Amino acid sequence: MPLPYYVSPEQMMKDKAEYARKGISRGKSIVALEYRDGVLLVAENPSTLLHKISEIYDRIAFAGVGKYNEFENLRVAGVRHADLKGYSYSRGDVTGKALANAYSQALGNIFTQDIKPFEVEVLVVEVADTNGAKNEIFRILYDGTIEDERNYAAMGGQADEIRRFLKDNYREGLSLEEALQLGVRALMVTQNKQLTEHDLEVAVLDRTKERRKFRRIPPEALRPLLEGSK
Amino acid sequence: MTDERWQAVFANYANSSFVELVRGTSPHLLPTLGSGSPEEPALPAAPHGTTVLAVRYRDGVLMAGDRQATEGFQVAHRRIEKIYKADDLSGIGIAGAAGPSMEMARLFQTELEHYEKVEGENLSLEGKANRLAQMIRMNLPAALQGLVVVPIFAGFDEKTGGGRIFKYDITGGRYEETEYFAQGSGGKDARDTLKKRYRKDMTKEQALSVALEAMLDAAEEDIGTGGPDLLRGIFPTVKTITRSGFGEVPDDEVRTACEALLAARKGQV
Repeated sequence: MPLPYYVSPEQMMKDKAEYARKGISRGKSIVALEYRDGVLLVAENPSTLLHKISEIYDRIAFAGVGKYNEFENLRVAGVRHADLKGYSYSRGDVTGKALANAYSQALGNIFTQDIKPFEVEVLVVEVADTNGAKNEIFRILYDGTIEDERNYAAMGGQADEIRRFLKDNYREGLSLEEALQLGVRALMVTQNKQLTEHDLEVAVLDRTKERRKFRRIPPEALRPLLEGSK
Repeated sequence: MTDERWQAVFANYANSSFVELVRGTSPHLLPTLGSGSPEEPALPAAPHGTTVLAVRYRDGVLMAGDRQATEGFQVAHRRIEKIYKADDLSGIGIAGAAGPSMEMARLFQTELEHYEKVEGENLSLEGKANRLAQMIRMNLPAALQGLVVVPIFAGFDEKTGGGRIFKYDITGGRYEETEYFAQGSGGKDARDTLKKRYRKDMTKEQALSVALEAMLDAAEEDIGTGGPDLLRGIFPTVKTITRSGFGEVPDDEVRTACEALLAARKGQV
């Protein structure tokens, strides 16, 4: 009878974490920035059909980096969670916090129990109402670690450098145009390439909108915003 | 074994359906009442009585509904809303038992939004109409015991570039109407008026006037349909669905049009 291999739990977790981190660092990055009327999400994504940023519910958006099939599964699970909850209680009872917790549980379970961890990081963003409440940005890592972020968040390939850049350059009360330009500059920090509207996927949670706050900004509409005050 | 695992992804085409999701995970949330067996006593009376209608016009479809719900010979509610936005380009007018009808409208709204979010694009108008037919069929057991739900579904079809109207029977049968339709206890009377007054290619103002005239006639002939309540300022609700979306005709506009129709009748009857 062959003896099963012994691997120490510590080593196993280390290996899994390294594997997941490697997968994520190969991908392109996403930034989220609070601006005057809500939250802006900017992703480097040349595809116009495969989205990294999407709508979950009235005030909640989702963004994922890493392996597409994995974060797509998580996204659909989130839409299901939100729609079920909203249907059985009321639309106002669907919160980003509950959803972020669910993602954290799911990713944590997968990380400890499955052979292969998910190579993803996700953002759950909830825009506040106009009553002065705060926006909420949650970042959930491949192992279920959950962090709540203020003002801005970054994830993906070179997230650390992008975060450093945003820390130095972010200020409160940005207009949409300023926030977008800052976000794009942040994404370019780690590369020499100039990003144009065709390399970007941009969406906002706009609190001035009725009910469903999520809105994509198509490339045609991006160009004037990017060139704005140059 | 592994084959079955990946093939399930393709078999599960209902992935983007909210109704299928609820059926699978929490069936107690679905509005299924009664078993439909003839031995079972009929369910107690629930609020009924309606006239809802839809008329095609130049830019799309106009939908109107009265505001009254009745329970037997009593008025159960004076301000009930019977025309609901299903999504940006379609609306549903409910007729039948109020409770199950409203629940179906809510479920249908969630169904459309869920599909849109999961798939990243809208269902076609045809697809929406078929989906609603399936939901009405689900209600058949309750319908046999008296809780009938027979909505009107209307919307703007981006493919044909015009409005379309669908009516249903209790078995979930789906029939398309090309010009107008009215449903509910006063539906027949409203249809009579629409038949005489409908013209092709009407403007919004003309369509509004025709629809309100049909509502007035239905309210006169049918005890289940509420007329304009001048004392409380309650008028039929009117919505329009065009290329630019689902819109509401403001109360003032409906009031003015109603008053014009009533004034024209004064001294004539």
